[in-house]
Amino acid sequence: MPQLDITTFPPQLFWLAITFVVLYILMSRLALPRVGDILRTREERITGDLDRAERLNREAEDALKAYETALAEARARAGEIAARTRAAIQAEAEARQAEAEARLAAQLEAAEARIRETRDQAMGQVRGIAADTATALVARLLGNAPEQNRLDQAVSEELDRRGVR
Amino acid sequence: MAAHNPLEQFRIEELLPLQAGGYNISFTNSSLFMVIAITLITLFMVLGARKKAMVPGRWQSMVEMSYEMVANMLRDTVGSGGRQYFPFIFTLFSFVLICNLLGLMPYSFTVTSHIAITFALALFIFIAVTLIGFFKHGLHYLQLFAPKGASPILLVLLVPIEIISYCIRPITLSIRLFANMMAGHTMLKVFAGFVVALGAAGIFPLAFMVALTGLETIVALLQAYIFSILTCIYLNDALHMH
Repeated sequence: MPQLDITTFPPQLFWLAITFVVLYILMSRLALPRVGDILRTREERITGDLDRAERLNREAEDALKAYETALAEARARAGEIAARTRAAIQAEAEARQAEAEARLAAQLEAAEARIRETRDQAMGQVRGIAADTATALVARLLGNAPEQNRLDQAVSEELDRRGVR
Repeated sequence: MAAHNPLEQFRIEELLPLQAGGYNISFTNSSLFMVIAITLITLFMVLGARKKAMVPGRWQSMVEMSYEMVANMLRDTVGSGGRQYFPFIFTLFSFVLICNLLGLMPYSFTVTSHIAITFALALFIFIAVTLIGFFKHGLHYLQLFAPKGASPILLVLLVPIEIISYCIRPITLSIRLFANMMAGHTMLKVFAGFVVALGAAGIFPLAFMVALTGLETIVALLQAYIFSILTCIYLNDALHMH
């Protein structure tokens, strides 16, 4: 069995020591720190990215909340403004209607007053016209003019009786 | 007939005879494959990680996986206290693994099929671990041989067993690897002899060899893993006792 040939041991052990030490130095100084660096950098990067993502997510949620608050506020204000405007328009309309009614009432009043005046005036002349007509009728029928006082009294009585004034 | 001897493949051949201080330190086929192994490992690790890509490619992924596999093995068995021994464990694992795998190639030489190599590694680990144990715990390290809570009568029996099982570690560690490698390669060689001898019917041993090569690849991986994880376990004993 070649494995038990002791004369081959020194060269095997010598080269084992050389190659193993060389490999150890290459791995510990060169290769492993490099790979370790890569892994650590990636780990840090991933952690950093996750943190940032979480922060951004939180910010987005805050923004959404702020937006919703602002929206609700705006809606409330809009409703308020609408109500106020509606109230103002209604008040104006009522005022205008009241004014129009007052004007109409005033015109009605004036018209009624004018009618009353005209009627009174007309009624006031009825007496004169009745007296004149009566005088003319009496004069035509009897041939002489009636006594002025008695005629006026008779006309007055007759008019009173008929309710004309 | 010598060329068909299944053990012929384990013969050490001097490629470049060298002498130093009366010792033979010739560059042999074994030395050549050790140099090839460490060159491959270094190229694999250094070139694979040269881009330092944030998103790794296939090669860099393999490099990172090998790094993390060994790192996890060390962390799981030893804990964070074993951090400083990571380069050694990684060197050991990669060296044994690549030597095992290189040996599977036809016409190659299996460095780890020699008891001198595996025993030297195991003995170095044994001495280093023992020194770490005494350095860390002083003479309390001897309590490793006396399990806690055992009755004095039992201790009389247990302490010698513990001492023997501790001192036998370099032998079991080295023979496990050496024997696995040698047995597998010898078996492959024997079946390879059948392929030639049986002529057309040699297809059957050939098919068996294909399957056996797959098995031997698993054994190569597994033995490298066992060698390093046992080293981690010994290291854990030295650092944390039981």
